[in-house]
Amino acid sequence: MTLKFMGYRRENGRVGVRNHVVILPLDDISNACAEAVANNVKGTIALPHHFGRLQFGRDLELFFRQLIGIGSNPNVAACVVIGIETSHWTTRVAEGIAKTGKPVAMFGIERYGDFNTIERASRKAKEFVHWASELQREECEIADLVVSVKCGESDTTSGLASNPTVGKVVERLTAAGASCSFGETTELTGGEHIVAARMRTPELRDKFMALFNDYQALIMREEADLLGSQPTQGNIIGGLTTIEEKALGNIQKIGNCMVDGVLESAEYIPPRTGKLWFMDTSSAAAEAVTLWAAGGAVIHLFPTGQGNVVGNPIVPVIKLTANPITVSTMSEHIDVDVSGVLRRELTLDQAADKLMEMIIRTANGRLTSAEVLGHREFVINKLYRSA
Amino acid sequence: MAVKFFVHHEKDTVGVAVADIKAGETATGWVMDTDAEITVTALNDIPLGHKIALCDILAGDAVIKYGESIGKTTQAIKKGEHVHIHNLKTARW
Repeated sequence: MTLKFMGYRRENGRVGVRNHVVILPLDDISNACAEAVANNVKGTIALPHHFGRLQFGRDLELFFRQLIGIGSNPNVAACVVIGIETSHWTTRVAEGIAKTGKPVAMFGIERYGDFNTIERASRKAKEFVHWASELQREECEIADLVVSVKCGESDTTSGLASNPTVGKVVERLTAAGASCSFGETTELTGGEHIVAARMRTPELRDKFMALFNDYQALIMREEADLLGSQPTQGNIIGGLTTIEEKALGNIQKIGNCMVDGVLESAEYIPPRTGKLWFMDTSSAAAEAVTLWAAGGAVIHLFPTGQGNVVGNPIVPVIKLTANPITVSTMSEHIDVDVSGVLRRELTLDQAADKLMEMIIRTANGRLTSAEVLGHREFVINKLYRSA
Repeated sequence: MAVKFFVHHEKDTVGVAVADIKAGETATGWVMDTDAEITVTALNDIPLGHKIALCDILAGDAVIKYGESIGKTTQAIKKGEHVHIHNLKTARW
């Protein structure tokens, strides 16, 4: 049986599960305009952030990948880009997004001021909302989904049940032809040999180990002691003692899959590959989910132990937990309860069935807990300070 | 009897409490990869999610979970003892 869902097929053939009209500020000083437009025009969402000025080199390239990637994500129907000027960077972002074929408009604040810019951008945003609101969902295959996975506020129940549940789902999704992505370079420490052994080719293994070693070198260079931040205090309360233990639990999320690609942060995840892609990401939830959203993930699976509450403005984040205390104390954040695994009332395969069902329902339009609660964490990743 | 702790791998030297275990309690554990059941008498309270030693472990020895090392003990650990940051440390950082 082929699993189907009702999604939005975009101009470039990519499939989204949401239909956002995004008001995207190019830079920090355009946030006020973007938020004013989103306030004027219902059915839009502004994505304020802190950067976009005086960045350079690899950091600037990463910035562009993130902004262009977010606008290009198939969960976005149309995009209004607002920057302080339109001669250079704003144009690059707007043109980058427009390559998808979706409607994009660009506005600059210089020579107009906020009032005039807000009015012009609001009129265009209203036009986009009317247009987007008439788009119809159509039948799509599960192979059209691009799904990212990352856990947070993990504890030992993550390694016992919620992460292996995700691992089984990643096996099923890739077998069905979908593309999946995992990352968290920092949190593979202690399990990196296992991930390295899953790389399909020696070239991929070298590329992965180079990214991993870059991170280890950063820790050495900064003379940092990560004890105290890895594992986190939440992890420790939940029973996790060392980074190795955390990493070995973390990598349960990739099941028995081999890894067929190694991507830079926010690099495009090709759809319909039936493959698992490693992306170099931080393990901080909002930063990492932002990178996957920019890479084109349309659904994110987020197993939690102690109860991380993260969401994303354009990608539905599905939360699952196996910790019965988290289920009872933070139920409003949890979409899928797999705590039955700890009571041996639920097998991992049955837990994976529950999660697959929730993926289909979410793809069809069911709002996740994070969406209903307004969790819209959007965090641009930065490599180093600006000029 | 209700299972109070899980063991990921038959080679593991620690199990994970899936319900609170009281000091002095003889708890039953389930070894996930072999489906075997074992019992251990807890020497300390082991809260849900925390680890219990399945055998005596020497000071400086590796602790095994998922069949892999998760760090080294900072002191000798007795079978049934609570294993956490007071007696186990990363071998990496």
